[in-house]
Amino acid sequence: MITDVEREIRRGEITAGGGRPARLATRAVTHAVLIAMAAMMVFPLVWLNSTSLKSPGKQMVWPPQFIPNPFYPRNYKDLFILAPMGRYLFNSFKISTLSVLGVCFSSSLAAFAFARMRFRGREALFAVLLATMMLPYAVTVIPTFVIMKYLGWLNTHYPLIVPSFFGSAYFVFLLRQSYRAIPQDLFDSAMIDGASFFRIYWGIFIPLGMPALVTVALFAFLGSWNDLFGPLIYLSSQEKMTVALGLTYLRGRAGTGVEKVGVIMAGSMLGVVPMLLLYGFGQKYFIQGLARTGLKG
Amino acid sequence: MAAKTVTLKGMRRREERTAWLFIAPVFLGILVFQVYPTIFSLYASLTSWDLISAPRWVGIRNYVNLVTTDRFFFKTMWTTARYTLGVVLPSMAISLFFASLLNQSIRFKHLYRAIYFVPVVAPTVALALLWGWLYEPNFGIINAALRVVGIKGPAWLGTTQWALRSVIIMAIWAGLGFQIVIFLAGLQAVPQEYYEASAIDGANSLQKFRHITLPLISPVTFFVLVTGIIGTFQDFSLVWVLTGGGPAGATQLIVMYLYGLAFRLQRMGVASAVAYSVFVVIVGLTILNFVFSKRWVFYEETT
Repeated sequence: MITDVEREIRRGEITAGGGRPARLATRAVTHAVLIAMAAMMVFPLVWLNSTSLKSPGKQMVWPPQFIPNPFYPRNYKDLFILAPMGRYLFNSFKISTLSVLGVCFSSSLAAFAFARMRFRGREALFAVLLATMMLPYAVTVIPTFVIMKYLGWLNTHYPLIVPSFFGSAYFVFLLRQSYRAIPQDLFDSAMIDGASFFRIYWGIFIPLGMPALVTVALFAFLGSWNDLFGPLIYLSSQEKMTVALGLTYLRGRAGTGVEKVGVIMAGSMLGVVPMLLLYGFGQKYFIQGLARTGLKG
Repeated sequence: MAAKTVTLKGMRRREERTAWLFIAPVFLGILVFQVYPTIFSLYASLTSWDLISAPRWVGIRNYVNLVTTDRFFFKTMWTTARYTLGVVLPSMAISLFFASLLNQSIRFKHLYRAIYFVPVVAPTVALALLWGWLYEPNFGIINAALRVVGIKGPAWLGTTQWALRSVIIMAIWAGLGFQIVIFLAGLQAVPQEYYEASAIDGANSLQKFRHITLPLISPVTFFVLVTGIIGTFQDFSLVWVLTGGGPAGATQLIVMYLYGLAFRLQRMGVASAVAYSVFVVIVGLTILNFVFSKRWVFYEETT
């Protein structure tokens, strides 16, 4: 009797009264609500995919066609004619990859220092670091643009890559959390063996803190790939543009006519698919990594 | 013994130097990309400046103009405030609701959570283009579906009456998964013993939610609220792609206004004044949040 109650409490579903049928009904309703929500979250993306494969004129037939008839892959061909889509994709991959390398290295190094090394002003500096997360980007964007202009970096990829090499407060915070969980003994014994701090960082903290670093890398890649504002203010020529910016130009070029929607959706698909693949492979890192920060925030 | 203290001291000094070296990139970045821009923005906001000739000092005239003669500043601020409230509060309610549903021992909970997160990872631009097509008044699927049940759907993004609402709906959709994950993590951290104790006292689900769940997750709620307001107040991409600020400025948000002033019209001084106004509003809202948080945010004593 006690165990029964306990089990129900564990499941968080003890309710005043309510026998077994009532509970089954509650469960069914819960799933119905959850499924409806899942459909709402996914439907637009399914629709994106099928619209990108529909011929002009077939996009607005009712009842809605989820599997296009006929299949019309020409949208994807037209897409590459209308805009240098391959270029956009290459640029996005390049910028995002380099940004990730930079942000991971600088942030993890600082996180290591904050997690394990003793130095004067550590707590104060960490507080400053956290405070910068509250700073609205609106207030820094114009002077940053002026710096980049002064460096002669307008219409280059540098403004989108170089700042990453200075790390990110948010990622330092996230990595520090995970580095503090690495046993102090490992650090101490490496110190006794005479390992340098960099060696301890590189040989112990990087491998042991890999899950958190992967989370950071994924979020950094995502942020860089999906960024529109940066490319919009810094890049002006077609061959420099990223996917996010290129898509807005593609729309301008394809025109707003309904018959062109297939091409625009095809372009959007090419922007979405790499991120979905990334998410597919690193799903647990995204969600668990995020769950951890939310708690400690 | 004496020799050992000397080496220890030397080691401490070495550690200190190395640590500074390790954090140097990050703090250099903060100086160059945060501190300096924040100060420079304030200066720039007190000048008239087109990026070509040198900035000309005008004192507080940019600010005076914003509040007296600028026809768009207050309207845009007001639109941004409505947008922010319209997105943040409903998102929080909806995501807390779904996080609570997922915080039971039900099947496929990880699958549901993973699905809800999908829009978060997709590029905003692509999603905005997609939603533009969903909202299309004559051929979009939303109005087509409404037609089937006999409702004549509005022109969504095309009317001043519906545009902001449409944009808000999309923004909620795009960000929900993120908040569900955070709320769910908060809910999972609530100790089960509290629920067990209250069940013995005969509390029903609603009472438990009201008196145990809400107070115990209030730090998470606070986190979501503060970061949500700061982020949403500065939204740009989604709305810029969906409507470009139209129709008739009905969806013009403050960062879009700033972008236009700075990068289309090269009015850097005025744009900086707008940027500082955003800064002041956000800092003000954050302080307000912290002040009010004392009334409703409950931090559990860690033992």
